[in-house]
Amino acid sequence: MMMIDLKRVIKAGFLNFTRSGLVSFAAVLVVTITLSVITGIILLQAVLNFSLNEIKDKVDVTIYFNVKAPEDKILSLKGSLENLPEVKEVSYVSAEEALRLFRERHESDYPTIQALDEIKDNPLGAYLNVKAKEVSQYESIANFLKGDNALVLGSASIVDKINYHQNKIVIDRLNNIISGAQKLGFLVTLILIVISIIVTFNTIRLAIFISKEEISVMRLVGASKMRVRGPFMVEGAIYGAIATIITILLFIPTTIYLGRTMTNFLGMNIFSYYVSNLFQITVIILLSGVSLGIISSLIAIRKYLNK
Amino acid sequence: MIYFNNVSKVYNKDSLALDDVTLTITAGEFVSIVGHSGAGKTTLIKMILADDVPNEGTVFFESINVFKLKNKDLTNLRRRIGVVFQDFKLLSNKTAYENIAFAMEAVGKTNEEIESDVPHVLELVDLKDKMHHFPHQMSGGEQQRLAIARAIINQPELIIADEPTGNLDAINTYEIIQILKKINDLGTTVILTTHNRGVIDSIKKRVITMEKGKVIRDDKSGKYII
Repeated sequence: MMMIDLKRVIKAGFLNFTRSGLVSFAAVLVVTITLSVITGIILLQAVLNFSLNEIKDKVDVTIYFNVKAPEDKILSLKGSLENLPEVKEVSYVSAEEALRLFRERHESDYPTIQALDEIKDNPLGAYLNVKAKEVSQYESIANFLKGDNALVLGSASIVDKINYHQNKIVIDRLNNIISGAQKLGFLVTLILIVISIIVTFNTIRLAIFISKEEISVMRLVGASKMRVRGPFMVEGAIYGAIATIITILLFIPTTIYLGRTMTNFLGMNIFSYYVSNLFQITVIILLSGVSLGIISSLIAIRKYLNK
Repeated sequence: MIYFNNVSKVYNKDSLALDDVTLTITAGEFVSIVGHSGAGKTTLIKMILADDVPNEGTVFFESINVFKLKNKDLTNLRRRIGVVFQDFKLLSNKTAYENIAFAMEAVGKTNEEIESDVPHVLELVDLKDKMHHFPHQMSGGEQQRLAIARAIINQPELIIADEPTGNLDAINTYEIIQILKKINDLGTTVILTTHNRGVIDSIKKRVITMEKGKVIRDDKSGKYII
């Protein structure tokens, strides 16, 4: 009994959809726009996050040691730094390594190399490169190094300088930009999604308004509320499903184009991101589209059902 | 079958739509309710369907007080009554076949019943060749015959026809009345409202005359007299 009702409701929904022609087309179009906005925001967020991570990755704190600093002390400091919860990684560059890197960097700078050769001794000290998990955590790492901590006992004497304080202004500013960008992104996303939901809801309400005569006749003939409501909900789900397919297809040429022209500027290929996350994106917008269609229909029809 | 007990209905202070109406309609009757527009015919019918609530009095359908029914029981009551309207009230985006099938689906008939009954009833109202036409592809008379077919498909105990011929020409009117008489002959109670003198005079059954919300005449085998 339930099964046969369900089958009839689904069939009626499909039939209504195909017979409503222009109205169905308009509704699908509007849902497509909403889903495109959502997809666009997903991609935009990905680009934003990617760029922010890129920038964050470029920030670090370097601890330069005296030339005579013994290696075991440096390594023990490295060990205690690695134990800090804020620290992501610490890389050690020995004095010899530093010299080699310096020579490489100044390969074509003949006078410098010559001067270096004349000194004979290695003038460069070893250094540690510290990367924090979050940009905001560099300060506490710097404080840790400054403090007379038992773990770093005696390290003050071997440290030549820490470049945190030179980078501080840049790091702070970056920190503000990042958190601001995230807040703004969230706000814009929210506003855009709310607007598109309202527009979709109104379009579906109009589509149902056209059928209000039908609804009252159905009730008059003795149809239960669910029997009247069902086909409209199915129709709403169809709007969502078709709009999902159109949106997914629409974004293939769009992202190919963006991938070709914008990869250098953005630092990532949107098309490959889109393709590798296609499944998740499809699930998200399918669920959004279908539930948007069903819920809008449900709310819109309530007004005419209770008469 | 239907009992009106001192029913009064006021829409605005100056005029009564129904003024202390008391009447009984027994099963198997063919009752015509006549009167000018605004005499209270449609209000009377709305009371039977509990589509409108009176200010005073009660209406019983058999032993049920129709105004005390809950939503679900009301749906069940309405399923026992077939209604035909002046403006047909067909489902415009469904074909003739689907309009009738929908009424059957609504009361939970099986697909087999629908497949066998729908062509049968369409034949009864002479619409078999228009089975897959939409209402807008049919004439007024055809649409009204379809509406009657829909009203009788679930074998209701009562058929209410509210001005069914109001929008039709003489020939179509005659056909509709013949169909209603045939339905009555098969044992279904019929209530017909009209202001068409020719229709009433040709039926030769009970006539209730209304004026300004009051029943002013109730003849067992009446004519249209105002």
